[in-house]
Amino acid sequence: MADIPNIVPALPELFLGLSILALLMFGVFHKTGTAALDAKTARLVSFLSVITLLLALLLAFTLSGPRLLTFENMFISDTFAVYCKVLVLIGSAFAIVLSQGFIERHNMARFEYPILIVFATLGMMLMISANDLIALYIGLEMQSLSLYVIAAYQRDDTRSTEAGLKYFVLGAVASGMLLYGSSLIYGFTGTTNFDLLAEHFHSLHGEANIGVIFGIVFILAGLAFKVSAVPFHMWTPDVYEGAPTPVTAFFAVAPKIAALALFIRVMIGPFGDLVADWQQIVVFISIASMILGAFAAINQRNIKRMMAYSSIGHVGYALIGLATGTEAGVKGMLIYLAIYLVMNVGAFACILCMRRGDTMVENISDLSGLGKTHPMMALGMGIFMFSMAGIPPLAGFFGKLYIFMAAINSGLYGLAIIGVLASVVGAFYYIRIVQVVYFEEPDEVLNKPISLDLALVMTATGLAVTFFFVYPKPVLDAAASAAKALFAG
Amino acid sequence: MDTLPILSLLTFLPLVGALFILSIRGDADVVARNARHVALWTSMINFVLSLFIWVHFDTKTANFQFVEYALWMPDFNISYKMGVDGISMLFVLLTTLLTPLCVLASWENIQTRVKEYMISFLVLETFMIGMFCALDLVVFYIFFEAVLIPMFIIIGVWGGPRRVYASFKLFLYTLLGSVLMLLAILAMYADAGTTDIPNLLVHRFPPELQTWLWLAFFASFAVKIPMWPVHTWLPDAHVEAPTAGSVVLAAVLLKFGGYGFLRFSLPMFPDASVMFTPLIFTLSIIAVIYTSLVALAQEDMKKLIAYSSVAHMGFVTIGAFTLTVQGIEGAIYQMLSHGIVSAALFLIVGVVYDRIHSREITAYGGLVHQMPKYSLIFMLFMLASVGLPGTAGFIGEFLILVGAFKVNPWVAALAATGLILGAAYMLYLYRRVIFGAMTKENLAAIGDLNMREIAIFAPLVILVIWMGIYPGPFLDIMHVSVENLLTNINTALDAGAPGAAIATAAGK
Repeated sequence: MADIPNIVPALPELFLGLSILALLMFGVFHKTGTAALDAKTARLVSFLSVITLLLALLLAFTLSGPRLLTFENMFISDTFAVYCKVLVLIGSAFAIVLSQGFIERHNMARFEYPILIVFATLGMMLMISANDLIALYIGLEMQSLSLYVIAAYQRDDTRSTEAGLKYFVLGAVASGMLLYGSSLIYGFTGTTNFDLLAEHFHSLHGEANIGVIFGIVFILAGLAFKVSAVPFHMWTPDVYEGAPTPVTAFFAVAPKIAALALFIRVMIGPFGDLVADWQQIVVFISIASMILGAFAAINQRNIKRMMAYSSIGHVGYALIGLATGTEAGVKGMLIYLAIYLVMNVGAFACILCMRRGDTMVENISDLSGLGKTHPMMALGMGIFMFSMAGIPPLAGFFGKLYIFMAAINSGLYGLAIIGVLASVVGAFYYIRIVQVVYFEEPDEVLNKPISLDLALVMTATGLAVTFFFVYPKPVLDAAASAAKALFAG
Repeated sequence: MDTLPILSLLTFLPLVGALFILSIRGDADVVARNARHVALWTSMINFVLSLFIWVHFDTKTANFQFVEYALWMPDFNISYKMGVDGISMLFVLLTTLLTPLCVLASWENIQTRVKEYMISFLVLETFMIGMFCALDLVVFYIFFEAVLIPMFIIIGVWGGPRRVYASFKLFLYTLLGSVLMLLAILAMYADAGTTDIPNLLVHRFPPELQTWLWLAFFASFAVKIPMWPVHTWLPDAHVEAPTAGSVVLAAVLLKFGGYGFLRFSLPMFPDASVMFTPLIFTLSIIAVIYTSLVALAQEDMKKLIAYSSVAHMGFVTIGAFTLTVQGIEGAIYQMLSHGIVSAALFLIVGVVYDRIHSREITAYGGLVHQMPKYSLIFMLFMLASVGLPGTAGFIGEFLILVGAFKVNPWVAALAATGLILGAAYMLYLYRRVIFGAMTKENLAAIGDLNMREIAIFAPLVILVIWMGIYPGPFLDIMHVSVENLLTNINTALDAGAPGAAIATAAGK
């Protein structure tokens, strides 16, 4: 082992870390004290943050090759990591773009905001690349701490601070469980390294000590909290509703994708040979999330709350892929995540356009008659909702298609049947939005025209969702090679 | 002919028209007028193109024709494949014929959001044609379910007072059936390793798996066709839909189910089909008799025709599951004739609805005094719906009854009562609306059919008589395919043990 570790596999992370420090310095020294200039600084930092994320994206792309290990085998870079990092970076970049208008209007335009998002993104990338339980924990905490702060960023707003606090307390409990599970695993196996753990369990032919099973259950509980899967979902609706809307948009995509990636990595990597032990837990979590996500969303009036339940449901579907424990399942899940990202960014761009005068409105009924007053925005909303409901030929359908394909191939018929039935229930509340948008008469008109950046995001994501079916091959190929990397080792 | 992707052209031309309409900008009136014209011309051109298929269709082969193939998702062995045979080709023509008529029928009565309306119809046409042409199960499923989006919007936005309820019911009922079919498709994929329909047609699924697959497909097609007891979405959807929406719903969407039975359930799961034939017969006979009685009691014209559709579709399912040449050809013929007749009947209701804005039967009476042309056309289609010899309705019902009689005389006898009841409710409807003294004041000034309306009805009148008097050309198209279908089913059944029973039953 050389004295200086090989830093190449971690280049995107290192670049991001150094950029954060530079941006922080820039923000501090550029700060003048007057509100107007501060807003200007914030805008500049936001812009630079997006550039940074995009550059990190390019760097990540260059690493999409063989499996590389570094930092005492604690850090791994493979095509799986690259795929997930690309999704996370795209999600974070979109989140900053979506936030800009909002934070300026709501007196939140301080330069720390985009930096916190980039910081959280760095944490997510470390999570994705973790090859050790300790590295996993560090990445997770780095992400979580930044998220707690962003949730409470609108500090004059009680709902926002409440959301941040709630998220923090519950998140800390989950982290504790995860850490406890890790320590159990370490205690019973003598290592925290994923590769060594995998070898260890492989040599035991899938027979695991009861203590290890306990450890896995604790880790699963901690991870289920982070991906907001039932029964650890309770924080989600409150945090989604309370947090500033662009923060909710961010929460709904990047951290969720990172946590699901971590979920896959941990379950398939070190515990891959114990699939018989954790499969039933994942099946249960998946079913419970799908059903709760479908039924609980029906009665929601607040669209952010509805999106929270919707995301719980989506996590349930994604976990079907993991429950199969096969390469096809992981591949389906990765495709699902990519599509989920685009749909959610688009839907939140629509939600961020819901303004009347100076205030944001959040009730579903506020969308009534949108089809007449804002035809293009209504079209976008319709596309995203039908897509989330999984109606072909929109992208959301394909996400579900590959997941269910994997489930059927693995013989998980019960799970698949419950999944599709839940999707019918779920379709009800998605098309209810379409109903409000198109079938009802407008009462009070939302602000128009909508801002250019939001319109652009909406158009880009809307086109991507609608025309995914024309040429799905790049996403499918990338997901295939990512899933392959995970099962090769 | 091999080089021109005629089916893709047919499928996606309406979509091009829709995109064109989407890009129309300007004054509301101008947009509306242009949207109408673009929609009409696109669908007319599409119809003319579809005639090209008819002309070049080879009636001597049971193979799929005009086949197109393109790689789509090679990793999954799923490709974009289109083609038609004698079973699907006429449905394509039916769709392309009716879409311009629907556009014409909406020319004046749709005044709000014309642009969106025309886009919805063109998109709907794309999905419908694609559904009938698809030769890959996944592609088929995508078109099959995508139809829900424009239909949901059409009923929900331009529908009647209870449109929200009706559109949700339509959407969720059909979705529930379809998702189960999706799982079955995936299970077939897991078993056969392909979603290519011609390959699946010769693939033998294990009998036990067939049962489950059959049930899942049944869940979808039974809702779509619709069969008793899952038909309740249909009257609601028909009553609330705008006229053209009802036309498409009755004429094309209901045929998805019948087409699905013929294309998938029968040839791919022959053992299960034989096993479930008694179930189908029972449900169909209940549908024929029960919904005919229900139709007799209706006060709403559209609802009456909707229930009559359920009864007519009961005939179709009986015919299809007789597994005889007559029965299956009769089923296809019945679907085609019902497509034309029910479309015409809904248009007929639409004509008076546009003038009086009521669908209540009691709001009318004595229309013959003011609207002689209207009464004549109404009579023709009313009789075609009853199944009078010389109209299209007769041929289909006759063939189905012949087929049914061969298999089980009781089924034929019970189904035949539907004909009598059908005559009862249609004649009763006709008497109340058309005959009698004209006592209602608001009817005094009602105008007869105008040129636009005559232009809509003219092709339907010609077809319904042509199909009634000279069914040869239509039967020729389907004959070879149907025989091939039956040969395949019988070979499959002979190979398996449980098939012996039906072979004797069919030969009786």
